[in-house]
Amino acid sequence: MMKRLLPHPGLSLLLVSMWVVMVSDFTFGTLFLGLVFGVLVPIFTAPWWPDRPPARFVPAMTFLAIVLWDIVIANFEVAAIILFKSNRSLRPAWLIVPLDLTSPEAITVFACTISLTPGTVSSDISACGNYLLVHSLHAPDPAAAVTSVKTRYEARLKEVFR
Amino acid sequence: MSAGTLSVADLVVSGLIVLGSAFALIGSWGLVRLPSLMERLHGPTKATTLGLGAMLVASVAWFHLVEDVWTTHELLVSVFLFVTAPISANMIAKVHLHRLRQGEPSAGEGPAGTPGPPPGSADWATHEAPHEGTPGDFIGD
Repeated sequence: MMKRLLPHPGLSLLLVSMWVVMVSDFTFGTLFLGLVFGVLVPIFTAPWWPDRPPARFVPAMTFLAIVLWDIVIANFEVAAIILFKSNRSLRPAWLIVPLDLTSPEAITVFACTISLTPGTVSSDISACGNYLLVHSLHAPDPAAAVTSVKTRYEARLKEVFR
Repeated sequence: MSAGTLSVADLVVSGLIVLGSAFALIGSWGLVRLPSLMERLHGPTKATTLGLGAMLVASVAWFHLVEDVWTTHELLVSVFLFVTAPISANMIAKVHLHRLRQGEPSAGEGPAGTPGPPPGSADWATHEAPHEGTPGDFIGD
């Protein structure tokens, strides 16, 4: 019963909080309308996410906190590179990151994280889904950059989508 | 607010706005001075994120400290930015890879060169459809 009414509790929670934040007015009416959306939208969109992998809440929040912190650091690092590094001493490189993650959702989150954090943009995925092509702004040691991305983000994402 | 006096709120808000503009400016400078398209992609996707973030915090601080209301719209702006920035960067990168492969003379290779194919028999997804039974394969959906 509960499962049929709330097929995707995380999405429901997200929709309710998005609605309250968007209206920017915390009253009962707002919350009620938000709850209506939070219940109805997941029920009607269920056909579009058939094999959703379960995500665990606590590792997801830890991951989010680490990523937000890294985004702030990334901004300072990229700003420093732009301001103080000459084009001659810059070592841009293509990294090929082998993927241990298998579900499309997990790979999407991983690729977005790479794009948002220190000097890396994810550019492509291999047709077999086993490798990610990443461009790095400054990677004197490409192998070490691949390892750091894998241990810092992918290992934690495997905990989230287990 | 009376003219001539400077409150803590003014200092906080103006400090955040200056920080935000500084980052936006650095990001745009990166767009001008980095060597090729793929490097230039890094400036606007990163340095401006914090620039916009600082602006949004300044907006929240202003409405809370001066107007005495809580606004939360800024939170949504940053959420949508975080969701959309990687996708537009990815699209630009994919177009660039495609142009490199086509050998278009205006597609500059850049100091990183052209990426080689991934290990194994498959090519990158920009040049080849996803294989059956892999993530992102829509066959049978």
